[in-house]
Amino acid sequence: MSSASILIIDDEVQIRKLLTITLQSYDFKVQEAVTAKEGLTAAANHPPDLVLLDLGLPDENGHDVLRHLREWYTSPIIILSVQSSEEDIVKALDNGATDYLVKPFRTGELMARIRSALRKTIFDENNPLGEFKDLTIDFVARVVKKDNVNIKLTATEYSLLALMMKNEGKVLTHQYLLNQVWGPSYRDESQYLRVFVAQLRKKIETNPNRPVHIVTESGVGYRFVGSTI
Amino acid sequence: VNSLFYNSSIKKQYLISVVTILTAVGLGFMLSGFVGYRVIAFVLLVTVSILALFFDILPVILAAVLSALLWDFLFIPPTFQFTVGTTEDRLLLLMYFIIALIHAVLTYKIRQVQKEVRKREERANTIKFYNTLLNSLSHELRTPITTIIGATDNLLNAEKLSDKDKSELLSEISVASVRLNQQVENLLSMSRLESGIFQIKKDWVDVRELVYTTLQRFEPALSNYRANVFIPENFPLFKLDFGLMEQVIHNLISNAIQHTAEGTDIIIKAECIEERLLITVSDSGKGFPQDEISRVFDKFYRVQGSRPGGTGLGLSIVRGFVEAHNGSVTLHNLPLRGAMFSIEIPTEVSYINRLKNE
Repeated sequence: MSSASILIIDDEVQIRKLLTITLQSYDFKVQEAVTAKEGLTAAANHPPDLVLLDLGLPDENGHDVLRHLREWYTSPIIILSVQSSEEDIVKALDNGATDYLVKPFRTGELMARIRSALRKTIFDENNPLGEFKDLTIDFVARVVKKDNVNIKLTATEYSLLALMMKNEGKVLTHQYLLNQVWGPSYRDESQYLRVFVAQLRKKIETNPNRPVHIVTESGVGYRFVGSTI
Repeated sequence: VNSLFYNSSIKKQYLISVVTILTAVGLGFMLSGFVGYRVIAFVLLVTVSILALFFDILPVILAAVLSALLWDFLFIPPTFQFTVGTTEDRLLLLMYFIIALIHAVLTYKIRQVQKEVRKREERANTIKFYNTLLNSLSHELRTPITTIIGATDNLLNAEKLSDKDKSELLSEISVASVRLNQQVENLLSMSRLESGIFQIKKDWVDVRELVYTTLQRFEPALSNYRANVFIPENFPLFKLDFGLMEQVIHNLISNAIQHTAEGTDIIIKAECIEERLLITVSDSGKGFPQDEISRVFDKFYRVQGSRPGGTGLGLSIVRGFVEAHNGSVTLHNLPLRGAMFSIEIPTEVSYINRLKNE
């Protein structure tokens, strides 16, 4: 994973410097762009393995930059956003952003987001097993175990958990989860999601009130955490 | 809308002026058998003066003119015509008219001056208020900034520092920036609330999830307290703005942690009474001074003699966000010790979690 290249598009010199130093210390190759125009050109000339995109750029709306990039760029894009803008974040995730970070963020958070965004889907036909600390899943047998003991899950609970585990470390929006697990007509029926997340937590978390696996991203969605972030 | 209301109230003033004068004239007419027409002039003059106390200048002038004409027409001999018989009566009518006008203008002027004085007082109070605010705010912001600047300056001359000093300075910077971030977040919430463009986005919320997510953000500070959560099994879902309610509960717990001793109880309870969500947060501190309870939710208000730290914004944000849900928040001291904040929000309730799915 190291020596992957990352493009930073942010107009604030301090943020660019901080990110560059941090990323280089983790052996990433870093490109910097100050404006949307510069960023789009840089991405086209030397396509990076991942883009860190600030939503508040001076020359173009961040959502438009994201849309332009997504017309051809398929690698991960992580959005940098400011506080109290859940709607912006959800919109960016709907428009193809892989994940998001809210300024101010911790370095640990930054690295965790980048790591899970760069991780290719681990699960394919050849590898039907997933292991997340005390939890294991067999995608073929559709069996989930906690500390090697089978957990009884309903079909819906299993679909929800399997979907989250396949996207381990990545935030999934409420709408996305509802759409994938219950179907398009349930996109706004968030009460189902609340109830099933609560049920799942009772079954898979050691302390359902202090969940370490299914983490709430307030106003945005849920994130399944496999190892420590 | 405002000017429309003003216009209609002006129209009402004209109407009331005319009706009052007509009533006074009617009264005068009934009295005319017992008293002379000059006494009736005084009755009318008193009526105009009373109107002048409450109304704008133009309706009062109308009342003055109308009453003078009616007095002339109905009472001054020869009655039922506008001609005035004697020079004395002509002089009297003229004086009546002038006195009524002077009353109208003088009362109007006095009220203008009063308004001016009140405005000036308000402005002085606002300035005083903002000075206090600026003092406390600049203190709260400058303390962490000073720490950060000072510590980084020291670290730039790192040769003189031991490794232990370095790591201590670094952790000071870390603590200061978290504190600074908290203050900025509060200020942003406040300006969001006051901007008017602030919108509340309700969705189904699992209150248990809401409370515990908020509590997790307080680790490890909260582990020094005995935090207890009481939420009934199968508690229904409520339509709330998760982000806003998270901050409401965060600010209440943060308030409790700041002002009560470590090792004491913090109790968070949730109940559903009919279509209303009730959340209480109580602590075991020394409670609030009884005469200040009504003011703790005021913006920038800080309880007398309270510990430094905090901008006096936390509780006013609580009130603002709860009221954005059409709810209310109250505070009272508990009988033995401590204080309890109670939030009550009328909202849609869903019992879907009590149904057996699948």
